Amino acid sequence: MNFSIPNVILLAVLGLLGVGLYGLLVMRNLIKVVVALQILAKGAILALVLAGRMQGAIGIGQSMALTVIVADTVIAVIGLSLAVQVRRHCGTLDVQALSSLRR
Amino acid sequence: MLLNILIVVGTLICSIQAIRSNRLLISALWLAGSSALVALLLYMLGAAEVAVIELSVGAGLVTVIFVFAINIAGEESFSIRRLIPRPITWGLLAVTVVLLGGLTLSHMAPVLPGIDALPFAKAVWEVRGLDALLQVIIIFSGVLGLLGLLAENSGAGQFDPISGDKPGVKL
Repeated sequence: MNFSIPNVILLAVLGLLGVGLYGLLVMRNLIKVVVALQILAKGAILALVLAGRMQGAIGIGQSMALTVIVADTVIAVIGLSLAVQVRRHCGTLDVQALSSLRR
Repeated sequence: MLLNILIVVGTLICSIQAIRSNRLLISALWLAGSSALVALLLYMLGAAEVAVIELSVGAGLVTVIFVFAINIAGEESFSIRRLIPRPITWGLLAVTVVLLGGLTLSHMAPVLPGIDALPFAKAVWEVRGLDALLQVIIIFSGVLGLLGLLAENSGAGQFDPISGDKPGVKL
């Protein structure tokens, strides 16, 4: 495997997806879960642009990445507003404590 | 070549620190650094327009919203106990990354030299016009989410789960 730009960026994509997935699996803080989602989305954006470049149609890849950026930003806003409201009403951001509130 | 590897390593370090950091504010700042380096990688791939948008939105707007939300919600420290045992976490992670990497590497085609018949603006506004419409709808839902972030907790009319009534209407 040579270290050309696409190969190096493919490593970055895999790393970002791995770190984001790890965060989603491990984190208990609601805001940290949003951070992990952001990292996961950055991996997806890089992957879309990389795929566009590999196929010689970087315009399409960029337009899809733009859609992901917009959706990712809105997910962050809605997730953070949900976290803030949960903190106000329940007094905690702990996912495990929130799930035990149902019992 | 060394610069590319350094940028990728820096991106991964920023992302790992954003997950590992105990303080939420520091975590948001690491995330902003990760966004800036991802924007640099996008620029190196030839996607200059998306790189600018990622830099301004990912490293700017999202960081401001994170700092704002953390100031409202406050810092909270948790115990170390995990939801999922460590071996299962690492196992799932390894399987996912290996499968994804293997599938991608097996389909890696050689880079076509500079073939781009479709410019970015034409792709956004003409070929993928439906996506642009969808983005407008998503942005409106984001505005509604921002209103939820800014909503003040007046206390009146809020349901009290212990007494079962509303504190604002007590006499």
